[in-house]
Amino acid sequence: MTAAGQITDVAAQYFGIGDDIVDTKAPTGLPIEKVWDQHKFEMKLVNPANRRKIKVIIVGTGLAGASAAATLGEAGYQVKSFCYQDSPRRAHSIAAQGGINAAKNYRNDGDSIYRLFYDTVKGGDFRSRESNSYRLAQVSVNIIDQCVAQGVPFAREYGGLLDNRSFGGVQVSRTFYARGQTGQQLLIGAYQALERQVAAGTVEVHTRHEMLELIMVDGKARGVVVRDMVTGEIETHTADAVVLATGGYGNVYFLSTNAMGCNVTATWRAHKKGAYFGNPCYTQIHPTCIPVSGDYQSKLTLMSESLRNDGRIWVPKKAGDERHPSDIPEDERDYYLERIYPAFGNLVPRDIASRAAKYQCDDGKGVGPGGLGVYLDFASAIERMGEDAVRAKYGNLFDMYARITGEDPYKQPMRIYPAVHYTMGGLWVDYDLQSNLEGLFVAGEANFSDQGANRLGASALMQGLADGYFVLPYTIASYLAGGPFEEIGDDHPAVVEAREAVRQRIDKLLSIDGNRTVDSIHKELGHIMWEYCGMERTEEGLVKAIDLIRELKNEFWTNVKVTGVNEELNQTLERAGRVADLLELGELMCIDALHRAESCGGHFRAESQTEDGEALRHDDPFAYVAAWEFGEDRPTLHKEKLEYEFIEMKARSYK
Amino acid sequence: MNITVRVWRQKNAQSKGKMVTYGVEDVSQDMSFLEMLDVLNEQLTLAGDDPIAFDHDCREGICGMCGVVINGIAHGPEVTTTCQLHMRSFEDGAVIDIEPWRAGAFPVIKDLVVDRSSFDRIIQAGGYISAPTGSAVDANSLPVPKDDADHAFESATCIGCGACVAACPNGSGMLFTAAKITHLGLLPQGQPERDSRVVDMVKQHDHEGFGSCTNIGECTAACPKEIPLSNIARLNRDLLGALASGKA
Repeated sequence: MTAAGQITDVAAQYFGIGDDIVDTKAPTGLPIEKVWDQHKFEMKLVNPANRRKIKVIIVGTGLAGASAAATLGEAGYQVKSFCYQDSPRRAHSIAAQGGINAAKNYRNDGDSIYRLFYDTVKGGDFRSRESNSYRLAQVSVNIIDQCVAQGVPFAREYGGLLDNRSFGGVQVSRTFYARGQTGQQLLIGAYQALERQVAAGTVEVHTRHEMLELIMVDGKARGVVVRDMVTGEIETHTADAVVLATGGYGNVYFLSTNAMGCNVTATWRAHKKGAYFGNPCYTQIHPTCIPVSGDYQSKLTLMSESLRNDGRIWVPKKAGDERHPSDIPEDERDYYLERIYPAFGNLVPRDIASRAAKYQCDDGKGVGPGGLGVYLDFASAIERMGEDAVRAKYGNLFDMYARITGEDPYKQPMRIYPAVHYTMGGLWVDYDLQSNLEGLFVAGEANFSDQGANRLGASALMQGLADGYFVLPYTIASYLAGGPFEEIGDDHPAVVEAREAVRQRIDKLLSIDGNRTVDSIHKELGHIMWEYCGMERTEEGLVKAIDLIRELKNEFWTNVKVTGVNEELNQTLERAGRVADLLELGELMCIDALHRAESCGGHFRAESQTEDGEALRHDDPFAYVAAWEFGEDRPTLHKEKLEYEFIEMKARSYK
Repeated sequence: MNITVRVWRQKNAQSKGKMVTYGVEDVSQDMSFLEMLDVLNEQLTLAGDDPIAFDHDCREGICGMCGVVINGIAHGPEVTTTCQLHMRSFEDGAVIDIEPWRAGAFPVIKDLVVDRSSFDRIIQAGGYISAPTGSAVDANSLPVPKDDADHAFESATCIGCGACVAACPNGSGMLFTAAKITHLGLLPQGQPERDSRVVDMVKQHDHEGFGSCTNIGECTAACPKEIPLSNIARLNRDLLGALASGKA
């Protein structure tokens, strides 16, 4: 076993080390609750009459992108919004089930902005920036007000006031929800605000358009190259600033709970143009998903982890036990979470529950097809509460499970297995959500900023809307106030060059005409990532993964088969471009995971664990954000040191 | 199981389409319907043929992107979205017809992909509450009776897939429009724009070429979110009221 706690010689071969990077935007020397207010006061404003001359491009129409586009449109800027779906209402924020956190303290249970801040930093395993996490908690209260004003139908109590629930193991009830469809309702709210601005003429929405390149002029982000996915036309659009709100990159694993179209291309193209990629290896793996049923499987479906409140997780004690679950007597079952973690039992945090399931399956005790599953059993809940009460609480989840698997969870235990769900990493941004490239802003899951190495349940929706409604509109204005910037025409050399690069890449993809389908290569990449850069990572495995990915990348560029032509709706070509970028991202994720010889949050290195098998962080030297600069040969690491002025760094323990 | 599919193939909006027959072997009953199409597309790709274009994204029944007519029924034999339909709903040896949504307001783009941007334009016409960012009062200063909130939520679960239009013999988009009218009209925040909203949205609906509603009810039967027909009654009441008041 190699030493943990420092960058090893093996890892060091894969990257160079550059200068440290710092956030220069957040005011320093102030109490944390004053930082954002002070910064808002210091930032420059744009005169309303000038706003209508300023253009902003926003890529992506999920919670972050749609809310930013609507808000900037309301302010009077000329906004162009792009999405690959046929309507902005379909972005994958829509699939979030559980809820959205806000420090409203409507329950009078001791919640506060400071407590939400504390929980976020601790949940992020001390790998997020304090200033950003505090601001997130601070604006969370405005989000709920805004959404209610728009008509988002949150759950209410009989008195007509908003209901809350406790979520993700925290001790306060601060989660607002709309049954199991909170993401849908919040996104529809943002979408309607966006469409209102379309009608007002401030926002132009380009659906079925995919961003394929960033246009940089004199060191500033000034536009994008997009492909019209219906006609194949390669279009260029220029603006004074560009916002990427393009979501996460969980589809690098092929199987994930992401939508089929989710991809890294927009942020990866920006990365290749110089934007740093922060903490790419931080991946959240959700423990309660429906297991894989066969090779044809295209995606995984998450079930709310609220199921763990009443379901009991177990596997047969004997490896390879193929009996039907009802034939396995009580004393031959291992309720392993209750056994190992008596205090928290089935409610241990997501990463611990996920890894524990993996270990059981590694030991041959997994159940269902391929032995990749564990039981989540409601028999004792049904006995205790009655079937009707269980149905009232979990009926929609049970129905979904039954529809997908064909099994009745009221009669036999559910089978569950972990799946990739969210990526905490993303493009590096400062306090203003601006990347290291001037004029390039990154919002929502696409940036790395607020969640650290792991994200609390119900905090993804919060971050998307915080960024789009309440942060970006201020910070981008301050940047735009530094204009006016020179008008860029379609014939500007930088525009022509970016457009040509896109054209050449498409021509290349169409000309290979090999023997492998895009999906077959994507699946192979997914297997490599899941095996070696998934729930548990080792130096040996990551080195192997990097080799395998490099071979696969070569296979892709020499043997992929993309049918058809560019000048049509060509879904194979769309996927090919995305997989090409995911291959490169996968390699960087492995390098990041290899260099970080510690376990923290969603990143578990087998070499770095306590005697009890718990994640072991090494704050010295790893309390930094790894911001990676692209290099043709190898990437360069820039460190942003993390300092905790307000919250004391502690180790997690759930025993 | 082995099945036969007859699929609508149409190169682009301008060309004429036709049904083409393909065999798919070794289909698992645990496959989703779209995974069956994925398998067929892998075969077509390797044979150098053009794979079948179809819209889909989340594959968990919530984004509303997927939707085809299966054996004459929008989203197929179960009350769910196409992506949540599984092959266990079909028999071994089945012959399955797969067609795009058929409606004047949803022109075919390619194969099974149609243009539903008319739905976005109906929303633009008034399917919102004007609440600019930053203008909101505290969320709990506006109590909403639980029943109203719950009913508003049920209408707001519409995913905008367009099955209602595909199922309607008139090609009407009234259930979609009514779901939004109901969602926003039940809430106190939605009252100031209630009259203008219904008038403007219905006007846009008609302008897009959707047919009129004649209370057939196929829309509700096909709706994966089971939006009730009573929403349309509510829209009609709101519309009459708005027109009679002369305010909108």
